[in-house]
Amino acid sequence: MDKSSSAVRNSGLVASAYTWLDERLGLDEIIAFARHKTVPQHKHSFWYYWGGISLFFFIVQCLTGVLLLVYYRPGPEAYDSVRQITYDIEFGWLIRSAHSWSANLMVLAVFVHMFSVYLMKAYRKPREFGWWSGLGLLGIVMVFGFSGYLLPMDELAYFATKVGLEIPASMPVIGPFIADLLRGGPEVNEITIQRFFALHVVVLPALFLPLLMFHLWLVQKHGNAVPPSEEEKPEALRRSMPFFPNFLAKDLAMWLIALNALALLASLFPWDLGPQADALSPAPVGIHPEWYFMSQFQVLKVFGRWFPGMTGELLGIGMFTIAGVVWGLIPLYDRDSKLAMRARIATWIGFAAIAGLILLTIWGYAEV
Amino acid sequence: MPDSVPMNDASAPLEDPQEGMSRRAFVAMGTALVGAVYGAAIGYPVYRYLSTPARRAASAAAVTQVDLPGADKLEIGSAMMFKFGTKPALLIHHKDDTWVALDAVCTHLGCTVQFEPEQDRIYCACHGGVYDPRTGENVAGPPPKPLTKFNVEVSDGQVVVRRA
Ligand code: HEM
Ligand code: FES
Repeated sequence: MDKSSSAVRNSGLVASAYTWLDERLGLDEIIAFARHKTVPQHKHSFWYYWGGISLFFFIVQCLTGVLLLVYYRPGPEAYDSVRQITYDIEFGWLIRSAHSWSANLMVLAVFVHMFSVYLMKAYRKPREFGWWSGLGLLGIVMVFGFSGYLLPMDELAYFATKVGLEIPASMPVIGPFIADLLRGGPEVNEITIQRFFALHVVVLPALFLPLLMFHLWLVQKHGNAVPPSEEEKPEALRRSMPFFPNFLAKDLAMWLIALNALALLASLFPWDLGPQADALSPAPVGIHPEWYFMSQFQVLKVFGRWFPGMTGELLGIGMFTIAGVVWGLIPLYDRDSKLAMRARIATWIGFAAIAGLILLTIWGYAEV
Repeated sequence: MPDSVPMNDASAPLEDPQEGMSRRAFVAMGTALVGAVYGAAIGYPVYRYLSTPARRAASAAAVTQVDLPGADKLEIGSAMMFKFGTKPALLIHHKDDTWVALDAVCTHLGCTVQFEPEQDRIYCACHGGVYDPRTGENVAGPPPKPLTKFNVEVSDGQVVVRRA
């Protein structure tokens, strides 16, 4: 026991309140569980913050999302209600801007987090489920982004959703049925908004939260993995700090930086609201999806150019499916540092994935 | 925790224990202050955001006059509801051709009252409050205060109701 908690226990009223709660809730066990983890200290320690930063942005999404819910109306009035939030309700523009910016920063943080745990090989035994649950979280985050993007129903939202849903629609046999189910008919309209809304504010949080709890519980249980460069060092040369309260305090300092960055972006670059979607007007030139769907979009576009008909789309989807499966199975392939060849191949795959995504995204933007 | 790397460790031994305490108190105070500033910087916009409709309603309630076009055709011995600002109000055309306008919010617990021409009274169905339909006086039941009376001006084609 360190000083602070024994000090708490010694001061009369607080002490008896603590004892009262501890006897009923087992606070000592919880604190012991929080304390048992230590965070390794080395030159790559910076990357340990990115999971926490993702978590911070997720909390921001929950809070700003509930605030938007106060005035947002799904269905035919959707555009009008977002217009009202943006121009009519005081500070509505700021809440909306914070929700949109934080969504993008969260996706970015999750990607950084994923690639850094990948390169630290933190998916190896016993952390496989951390990897898999993390992939599940990433998938849900992307669906969060896609469904949220439609909700204002401005021109961009409308066409991005229309185009985005062509991807599941191009799957063989079941594709059209799935697309119809998602859209609620052959067209993107207020029925689509209503079901994307249900997805965005009820279904996805209900899936995300338990998975996140599982993910965080695993991290607490197994602690952070050390990268291979650190693993080679003798035990005596490795340094670490307790997660609670020391690393947590640093985590919170990171959150403060993230909060400041978000506040600056959201207030200096307020999120735009385009003209209302009109099913009869032609798609604006240069229409493209959010940046985190850009690489997939570009692959489909390029394959569509190279191969006639739907073959291109099919090949593109097939490629991404295979890449996703390989990415998910990595913990079973690169199991142990003793399998040096596999470890090298896995690292190479990681860098190739990062480079591939970045290049495809840049290529995509260069063509819009 | 000897193996830990101390970070700003306030519990690290200092020469003067007295000074150690004051440093800890200083850090605590600074943290609280910064926390308060952030709390206010976030809390204020959120409060303005959530309270916008309430503020709009308050300015709508500040109206002093309502024009009711066509209300001069109201049949003798009957009444109509209208909105004065944000609240319901009652315009009565009495049998003796006098006009009365009253606030229609019961002074007891806020139900909307109604004019009953057969009994020539204003009645509140919630707890049986009764008011005088000419003065707004509370005459029976739980209401503690009279209904607020407005000034009425009837002209050709409209009725104008003003705060008294
Ligand atoms: C949506 C968001 C996510 C949140 C909020 C989140 C949160 C966290 C937090 C707070 C940690 C502990 C601190 C750290 O190591 O950075 C962590 C660790 C971890 N996360 Fe995530 N995470 C998310 C998504 C992902 C994704 C997409 C993956 C990978 C597919 C992933 C895989 C892991 C792994 C393997 C660890 C253990 C790292 C280690 O032990 O070194 N997480 N996560
Ligand atoms: S509210 Fe009208 S009598 Fe109680």
